Amino acid sequence: MHTVIIIGGGPAGCEAAYQLASDGIQVHLIEKNNETGGNLNNWYQLFPDRKNAQDLNKRLQEQLNHPGITLHLGMEPSRVEKDGQGRFSVSLSDGSLLEGDALLVATGFKTFDAKRKEEYGYGIYENVVTSVDLENMFRNHAIRTSKGDVPRRIGIIHCVGSRDEKVCNFHCSKLCCITGVKQAIELREMLPESEIFCFYMDMRMFGPGYEEMYREAQEKYNIKFIRGRLSEAAENREHQVQVKVEDTLLGRPLRVTLDLMVLLVGMEASNETQGMARELGVKLAPSGFILPLDPHYGNNLTGEKGVFITGCCSAPMNLTDTLNDARSAAVCITRYLNMK
Amino acid sequence: MNLEGKQQVWKDYQKEIADDRYYYARSCIRQTFFPGSEWAYLDILKNKLGKDVLDDPRHTTCTGIGYHSDVVPVQTIMTVVARHFALMTEAGYENITPSCITSFGIYTEILETWAHHPEIEEQIREYLWKATGREFKKPKNLAHTSDIIYKFREDIAAQARYKLVDVHTGRQLRGVDHIGCHYAKMFPSKGIGGAEFPAVLSGMISSWGGDVVDYPERRHCCGFGFRQYLVMANRGYSVANSKKKFESMRPYEPDFIVANCPGCAMFLDKWQYTISEMEGTTYGQDGYGIPVLTYEELAGLVLGYDPWELGLQMHQVAVEPLLDKMGIAYDPEMKYRTKEGKDIGRPKCPTYLKV
Amino acid sequence: MNFWGFNISETRSINYDTNDKDMLIHVLQEVPSCKLCIECGGCTAGCTAGRLTSFNIRKLQMFMKRGENKEIREELHKCMLCGKCILVCPRGVDTRKMILSMMKYIKNNQK
Repeated sequence: MHTVIIIGGGPAGCEAAYQLASDGIQVHLIEKNNETGGNLNNWYQLFPDRKNAQDLNKRLQEQLNHPGITLHLGMEPSRVEKDGQGRFSVSLSDGSLLEGDALLVATGFKTFDAKRKEEYGYGIYENVVTSVDLENMFRNHAIRTSKGDVPRRIGIIHCVGSRDEKVCNFHCSKLCCITGVKQAIELREMLPESEIFCFYMDMRMFGPGYEEMYREAQEKYNIKFIRGRLSEAAENREHQVQVKVEDTLLGRPLRVTLDLMVLLVGMEASNETQGMARELGVKLAPSGFILPLDPHYGNNLTGEKGVFITGCCSAPMNLTDTLNDARSAAVCITRYLNMK
Repeated sequence: MNLEGKQQVWKDYQKEIADDRYYYARSCIRQTFFPGSEWAYLDILKNKLGKDVLDDPRHTTCTGIGYHSDVVPVQTIMTVVARHFALMTEAGYENITPSCITSFGIYTEILETWAHHPEIEEQIREYLWKATGREFKKPKNLAHTSDIIYKFREDIAAQARYKLVDVHTGRQLRGVDHIGCHYAKMFPSKGIGGAEFPAVLSGMISSWGGDVVDYPERRHCCGFGFRQYLVMANRGYSVANSKKKFESMRPYEPDFIVANCPGCAMFLDKWQYTISEMEGTTYGQDGYGIPVLTYEELAGLVLGYDPWELGLQMHQVAVEPLLDKMGIAYDPEMKYRTKEGKDIGRPKCPTYLKV
Repeated sequence: MNFWGFNISETRSINYDTNDKDMLIHVLQEVPSCKLCIECGGCTAGCTAGRLTSFNIRKLQMFMKRGENKEIREELHKCMLCGKCILVCPRGVDTRKMILSMMKYIKNNQK
């Protein structure tokens, strides 16, 4: 019987583990945290259907009860080695050793550290939060300013840490646009009287139902969209955030004072993704994510035989694509093992 | 506002500043409009801090005003700056400290250009040789003179005779810092605290007992812009920028403004008069303006220099309200007299701005 | 007498905080489809008036949304009300009705 070692227990790693185990393959799933789910643990509702994120998370967790899956929680691979027969041995942080016939890297992404955009004042201005902070506020059903008031005017800033040479990220994080639309709608539902803006460069509604959600945000939820990138934010005496953008569709600078500013933080390759790439000698794309062997035929393959990739370690992906990518990786690995 | 967040940013923007032996480069605007400032700077460095500074009479303008107004070509300004480096080298100094922010920006820009394009440096060396027969070494350390005062701000605090505190109430005086654009906006890594949350002047205010005002238009340009103020018809949008800043800082009731760029200090001071004449608006308390100081003047006041010896009578906005708050003794009779008591004449009284 | 040779320039910035959004409230009540505009410019490309004058219907509704009503007062009468813009709008904005509603608001709020 074949064994596959999966590094990373986010949605991609969990789904791939289940698919492989269902095909009769023995799976070791390594997760650095004490629970699986990765970034999904920080999310409140999913787009476009507004499903509770934790329902999906629970479903993925339940799948891991398969007898073919051994879970290694709170563990990190300290060393990965490959022998001449193409077998992998992975030493874990507790000193134990796992052996497998293939390795699946599912180490995912991290959200952009908003402090790096100094001019947006995250960590300095009192009423600037990230989209991740906002998900947490949604879970606690408490959308308040630092003074405890209901924010009357809220601005959602797109492309924070994405499409921005100044922070060395040329890539589009792809999910922030639809996240912004979803969060604007959620804010409207909780705060029917507030004025809500999205400041965007382009609205990239790439998935099924996304454009419809954008339209609904305008029509039903009265969200105001202003095309212009945030240039500078400053805090006034009342601890509100004064922002400057260009209203690019009018060709005029615009200033507006916000009670709460939400930064849609982009996605970067996680430290673990970059670490694994170094350890395994796989190539990184200029974006810092792992470069697949081929963008059409080899999304889950790397230049290293027996090393597979899935999920957001190779590019920003929504959950639909992540789960598909995990199934696709499972198919690739099964074929690889059968040919061995 | 979260101070810890700012301190985190400041950590990323600390630069190396030489400890001693500075070659001083004067500023055209500072020595014209604030002659006491450059004198005070040299006196503080030499006599209060015991540093070696060379004030070289052979040194000239960097031609920055001409360069930014499109009348001096880039090769010319580079050659003039190369000559300054040559004078520094000949005098046996390695650390250059310009008094002007524009010069600081230009020196930084030129050194950066030469680092990326050694062929341009070679060409300029050739021009300098042909024109003057001089050779030069590039400075080991380039720092603006406000960087030097920042570096020794605690030494100055230790010798302070006055604090930035209202002696009548014990309230910390509220200071607005204004950083010249070319100090850190072109090269944020060359400015203490960076471009977004600059610390070079606010650090002085804090060390000398004051409270720093961080107001929304803090980063906005004063509107100087060379081409803009040089042509009279363009001054309308030059002054509009200063006005935007005054409007934004007014609710905080600042006791003073301190600037590290000579042009900004001149503008923020003189435009308060212009705006008051044109619109009847004043921004300080009881019809006064907000006193505008150079950092040398601020350091001088803290160290107990005589306000008239510092040249504060040359300011458009009256500084007396600030002197009174700090409890600094001064002789009003001597404001418009030389040390020997000779009358130097006095400006006409403005229509609205109290002086 | 201005002996300075210059005046203090007015800002070009749109000040959303202080602008008057009353016309917008009025028009949105009468023509809710205005909210759906995605700024594609289809309306402006085929506009009879826009071909010959500075009239830009896309910009006009944007100015209204930002409370910059002065621009609208100056431009609105150039519209020929032909209705070509309704035909092209991919979001189904009732552009012709929007113009009429803006005109009505201006007429009723003239001092």
